[in-house]
Amino acid sequence: MMSIWLYARNLIVGLWIVFKRTFTKPVTVQYPEERPYLPPRWRGRIVLTRDPDGEERCVACYLCSAACPVDCIALQAADNPDAHERRYPEFFRINFSRCIYCGMCEEACPTHAIQLIPDFEQSEYARRNLVYEKEDLLISGTGKYHDYNFYRVAGVRTLDKDKGQGANELPPVDVRSLMP
Amino acid sequence: MIDWSHTALTIAVILGSCLTLAGMMIWLERRLLGVWQERYGPNRLGPGGCLQSLADMIKIFTKEDWIPPFADKAVFVITPAIVVITALMSFAVVPVAPDFVVADLNVGVLFFLAMSSLAAYSVIIGGWASNNKFAFLGSLRAIAQLLSYEVFMGLSLMGTVLLAGSFNLSDIVEAQRHQWFVIPQFFGFLCFFMAGLAEAHRTPFDMPEAEAELVAGYHSEYSGMKFGMFFVGEYLSILLLSAMTVILFFGGWHGPWLPPAVWFGLKMFGFIVLIILIRATWPRFRFDQLLTFGWKVVMPLALINLLLTGGVVLWKTGASELSMLP
Repeated sequence: MMSIWLYARNLIVGLWIVFKRTFTKPVTVQYPEERPYLPPRWRGRIVLTRDPDGEERCVACYLCSAACPVDCIALQAADNPDAHERRYPEFFRINFSRCIYCGMCEEACPTHAIQLIPDFEQSEYARRNLVYEKEDLLISGTGKYHDYNFYRVAGVRTLDKDKGQGANELPPVDVRSLMP
Repeated sequence: MIDWSHTALTIAVILGSCLTLAGMMIWLERRLLGVWQERYGPNRLGPGGCLQSLADMIKIFTKEDWIPPFADKAVFVITPAIVVITALMSFAVVPVAPDFVVADLNVGVLFFLAMSSLAAYSVIIGGWASNNKFAFLGSLRAIAQLLSYEVFMGLSLMGTVLLAGSFNLSDIVEAQRHQWFVIPQFFGFLCFFMAGLAEAHRTPFDMPEAEAELVAGYHSEYSGMKFGMFFVGEYLSILLLSAMTVILFFGGWHGPWLPPAVWFGLKMFGFIVLIILIRATWPRFRFDQLLTFGWKVVMPLALINLLLTGGVVLWKTGASELSMLP
């Protein structure tokens, strides 16, 4: 007998709890009119960025391609005779129909060249349009790291500076005089 | 002498408003379920999305109307019509306002019960004619459900009939001028509402079409407008359940200030919202639970209710008046 009252009470309480939801605001984001807030580190469309001097950051090291779990990144390295034989990608191709937006390429990149940005609106009618070439990927800005220039901190000799003259760099150590 | 033009007008108004309301209820249910689940529901077409049913209708009319080769064709085709026809027939005896009723039958309550029993046939033979195991299981459950609720559905109304002294629905409403029957007949109301939910195949008694278990239950094989008829029929029976609850227990058109038809509509709307709220909240019973519940709890309750009501009526009437009854 007690259990019947318990059932009845629970049913009524349930109705009341659901009815109270009449006065709460829906959690739905009405997408095309209302945009969801995407944090800056949100992993969306992949871009290739440039350093503050406007040069391509990518040094075609293939680390992103190697790190990619679905093998959607393809590139070909080449040396640029105009820029101190600096390595650059001859082509750089990302197949977004295969990309899973995991961000491994971004983590693998030693020069902050490849970055994922908060943009998810990549729908296409034809699947081949999801294959992005280098000119589609390359942006004119620096992405998330505005002041970072790989060759300024890499410790290597470039056209306009010698070893140890970059930012935060110490002069090279003479290993022959470095005694304990 | 029947005023034919008045009757025709009443039929047109009731038929039109029933079908429109059934369409609007589909939208209302989806919106309300949305609101109670903290989302929006259909809100795109028309103000607040109220034209959604129109779009659904266009879609369902233009869909392929497929009859499975293994189905019993004649029965399969005729079944969806039975749902809608029986539901609409019941509205013939629903008194919306004084003198605003298609057929003021002396046996209105019985007519309603008869029609609701006939509607159950559609579910049973629809599932049987589909020749599909899920539809068949749905029909089986419908029969089990029918066996459990039909008995106490009739019994729960007899208390009301006793108090009003008539089977005529207009008389029953008129008898509630000073006191709604929900007060003396509270258990009758509970029993009837429960049976009505089972009759309309609504949660928590929607076993015949349990989506989670039986695909779509008895109408698994139906597509296009035939499915649409089942759908509309279900909403018509919800409308009918609300209308009958209002008429039998909540004073029908009686109410202060506002015109009678408006009061009737408002009360009906309240019950429709309650039924949708129940759908949004309560889980589904197993059908053996419904059988047990129907026969062991509600049926005795309805009988005791009838017994007590009869006793009270007898005590109030007095033996002297009783002897004068025919």
